Amino acid sequence: MDSVIEVRNLTKRYKDVLALDDVGFDIQRDTIYGFLGRNGAGKTTAMSILTAQNLPTSGQVRVFGEDPYENARVLSRMCFVRESQKYPDDATPRHALASARLFFPQWDQELADDLVEEFQLPLKRTIKKLSRGQLSAVGVIIGLASRAEITFFDEPYLGLDAVARQIFYDRLLTDYAEHPRTVLLSSHLIDEVSNLIERVLVIDAGRIIMDESTEDARAQATNVVGDTAAVERALRGREVIHRESLGRVASVTFVGRLDAAERDALAAAGLDLAPVSLQQLIVRLTQQRTPGRDAFAAEAQEGSLR
Amino acid sequence: MIEEGKPLFVQIAEQVEDSIVDGSVAEETQAPSTNELAAFYRINPATAAKGVNMLVDKGVLYKRRGIGMFVAAGARDLLLKERRNDFALRYVQPLLAEARRIGLEPDDVASLIRAGVEPVTP
Repeated sequence: MDSVIEVRNLTKRYKDVLALDDVGFDIQRDTIYGFLGRNGAGKTTAMSILTAQNLPTSGQVRVFGEDPYENARVLSRMCFVRESQKYPDDATPRHALASARLFFPQWDQELADDLVEEFQLPLKRTIKKLSRGQLSAVGVIIGLASRAEITFFDEPYLGLDAVARQIFYDRLLTDYAEHPRTVLLSSHLIDEVSNLIERVLVIDAGRIIMDESTEDARAQATNVVGDTAAVERALRGREVIHRESLGRVASVTFVGRLDAAERDALAAAGLDLAPVSLQQLIVRLTQQRTPGRDAFAAEAQEGSLR
Repeated sequence: MIEEGKPLFVQIAEQVEDSIVDGSVAEETQAPSTNELAAFYRINPATAAKGVNMLVDKGVLYKRRGIGMFVAAGARDLLLKERRNDFALRYVQPLLAEARRIGLEPDDVASLIRAGVEPVTP
């Protein structure tokens, strides 16, 4: 497998929080990833370390086979669009785009100009005075026009309305089709991005809990609805991740596949099967724990052992 | 247009098949490219490619080097045959299952179908 990023045993500890807990994963070349997880799960920390804007407490990171830290050769091939990018006080979008153009060797000015028009971005206003959506547009334009071999979008949609988000998704797809590259898209709007991403990387409380193709992830869970007793009988021994009930009817989500015979048996028992969307699956998988709590618990336990 | 439950690439393949079955994309003419499908359905190009490859394996599409994907000769007949074979399973059996649940005999269903085909007289 052709990986552009390799992460091994990566740990990041802030004073009282374990933000990344012995994390390992590979990122494949020319693939669009959904990098998903709750607030505080460790997404931004991971992306900051991969782009050498932050240092790990321990562990190894290789980008294009090299250590990215203070490594200009590697850094010019990566673009990190931060949710809270800081700009100088008197900077305008024109300044921001001009410096991006200098930094990224594959920069496409024509694409940048197109996007400025499409997002109706006022180029001469100071960035301080832009709306949240316009500020996000600056990041999205830099992220797309940089054509960097690896692009990180950290919640790039804040303040963008539905129309502007659709412009972003459409432009990302068409530009990716013409210029394949690696994209890590961190988003809470999982339903909106689930058809765009080829692989899903889910982080929860500092740990990777899912790393697979979107297609396999989608087929991972099923929802069964019907008479409570019948549902419970049918799902005995299965890994149930969510339960709801209304009177005598239960709706239960479980992880695992059903073969054709099992499907028929459930249908014959009067149970309805429904697919679980990627968003539902990830909500179910990550709501079982509060983000950070495990890290705190681990910390407390470790402290008490000392 | 896109639903949960069925793999996305299968749905894309079915959309292309639909346009061949209804004749809007004729045999020996160019089929939509992977990138066109990706842009139109707003899906990852790798997913669209998987759907297209499935149709190539099935003999519905073939690749002309340097030009793109084309609809194979005989593709429409192939698909019609496949769909006619699946018709009982996909449509008739669920219909009869519901009929049984609500107390209709197969004969009742048959006469309903005939009545549905005939023009309604005022």
